[in-house]
Amino acid sequence: MSLLFKGRQNSNDKQQKSILAGGYFFILNIFRQGVHSLGEMWRTPLASMMTIAVLGLSLTLPATLYLVVKNVQQVSSGFEEASEISLFVKESMSEQETQTLVKRLALYPEVESIEFISKQQALTEFKDVSGFGQALEYLDKNPLPDVVLVTPTKRNRQPNAAKVLLTKLESEREVDFGKLDIAWLERLNALLDLLKESVITIALLLLTSVTLIIGNTIRLSIMDKKEEIQVMKLVGATNTFIHAPFLWTGIWYGVIGGLFAFICVGLMMWWLSSAVSSVAGVYQTSFSLIGLSLSELGFLVLLATSLGFIGSYLSVNRYIKEIEPDKV
Amino acid sequence: MINFQQVSKTYPGGHRALEKVNFHIKPGELAFLTGHSGAGKSTLLKLISLMERPSAGNVFINGVDLNKVNSRQIPYARRDIGIIFQNHRLLERYTVFDNVALPLIIEGTHHKQIAKRVHGALDKVGLIDKIKCHPSMLSGGEQQRVGIARAIVNSPPILLADEPTGNLDPELSMEILKLFEDFNKHGTTVLIATHDLGLVSRMKYRSLTLKDGRMLEDPLAEGAL
Repeated sequence: MSLLFKGRQNSNDKQQKSILAGGYFFILNIFRQGVHSLGEMWRTPLASMMTIAVLGLSLTLPATLYLVVKNVQQVSSGFEEASEISLFVKESMSEQETQTLVKRLALYPEVESIEFISKQQALTEFKDVSGFGQALEYLDKNPLPDVVLVTPTKRNRQPNAAKVLLTKLESEREVDFGKLDIAWLERLNALLDLLKESVITIALLLLTSVTLIIGNTIRLSIMDKKEEIQVMKLVGATNTFIHAPFLWTGIWYGVIGGLFAFICVGLMMWWLSSAVSSVAGVYQTSFSLIGLSLSELGFLVLLATSLGFIGSYLSVNRYIKEIEPDKV
Repeated sequence: MINFQQVSKTYPGGHRALEKVNFHIKPGELAFLTGHSGAGKSTLLKLISLMERPSAGNVFINGVDLNKVNSRQIPYARRDIGIIFQNHRLLERYTVFDNVALPLIIEGTHHKQIAKRVHGALDKVGLIDKIKCHPSMLSGGEQQRVGIARAIVNSPPILLADEPTGNLDPELSMEILKLFEDFNKHGTTVLIATHDLGLVSRMKYRSLTLKDGRMLEDPLAEGAL
């Protein structure tokens, strides 16, 4: 409906007889502008490809670092599962008291399994392994204590939880002391934490730069189309109408840049997989790199799209407002 | 239709472009706005097309006070006003069809309607055979006619033209003015700003004259009547 001439209907009013139809045409128009802006990008392939490549490569680095953390975590989780607590039983304890202790420990909810190694069993093993078999026969009595090997449940294998459990187990009357070799694990986890923090910092910096790159690209595009925007405003275009193609361009940059980053990460993983297999072979283990999952791909593309939208929105909001038709 | 009441416009910096201008253009009227360069013609057209706001006074279009039209409503108000520029302001990367279709695309008109109306508008200005050309492939007169087709494609009740014949030879200028006459005969209110007094004198229409921002001559003004 016309604003200045109440009775006047424009051609659009004639076709939009209901709110539903109006909404339909509004959404149709938005998607039409989306397709149109994709076509605009297609018309300047070199510039568009360069922008997409910059975005894609900027996103590749944090995505790769994320995968490094993910793969190192996978390796370290294997080490963590091997963590055990050794409890050394007091020498003064009788065999019956030690067995009671073993039964009691098995009832702990934090404990997954218990293995009891008697002092005799330990001595036999030591004789076999150490090569001091004959020398040990000269001892008056067995110097080794009874040992209980406690494997915590999965939840209690983390260094902090394992430490708490150790303290709890050491408080048992029959236990002389306990031992948990987690210093190396703590160091590994500290390194992993440092890596994670670094990844977050680098990712934040790169994501900010992606937003700024898109914002600047859209700004240049706005400046390039200044005359067009002025004419559009003169013939009655609303801000939404003028903003839409630029916002769509930002979104397309994000979507395609995200997919480009995914392909780059995939290629990098493929390139590194043979080298990783060789290293794993040297240590007589098998290890294969984990790539991005489907949901992670979805997240990457969604993140890139959001950055594209934010970057273009900032530019559109800032610069289109300033462009006004100055001369009739 | 177009009513100026004690309208003044002072630009930042103190330049007074219009001073207490009063006039009224009736619906379906064709009028010229004359005056030398810097007399205030462009400012007056800018006030009608909401590119500028008056510093004092009121501009009414069809009874609507433009001072009360907020910034969000401006695009909708502009859809009721067709504007023609001296330098055409056509978009070079678009074809003639796309240039003329622009106001209809903005209104969200269905593509079949767009094709029909654009063909109709180009037929009126005699450029139907240039529909696929780009503006740079056309002569100055043809470009001006494309600009006119764009201004009338959505049938606005008001048509404003700022020096529409400024870059054209006298023969082409008359052709363009005949087009305006034709639209006016179909009920469109037309206001043409020009400094070509010869042209104005050849056409027997009302002429408003501005000098240094003041309305000098208006045959229909209260004093003149």
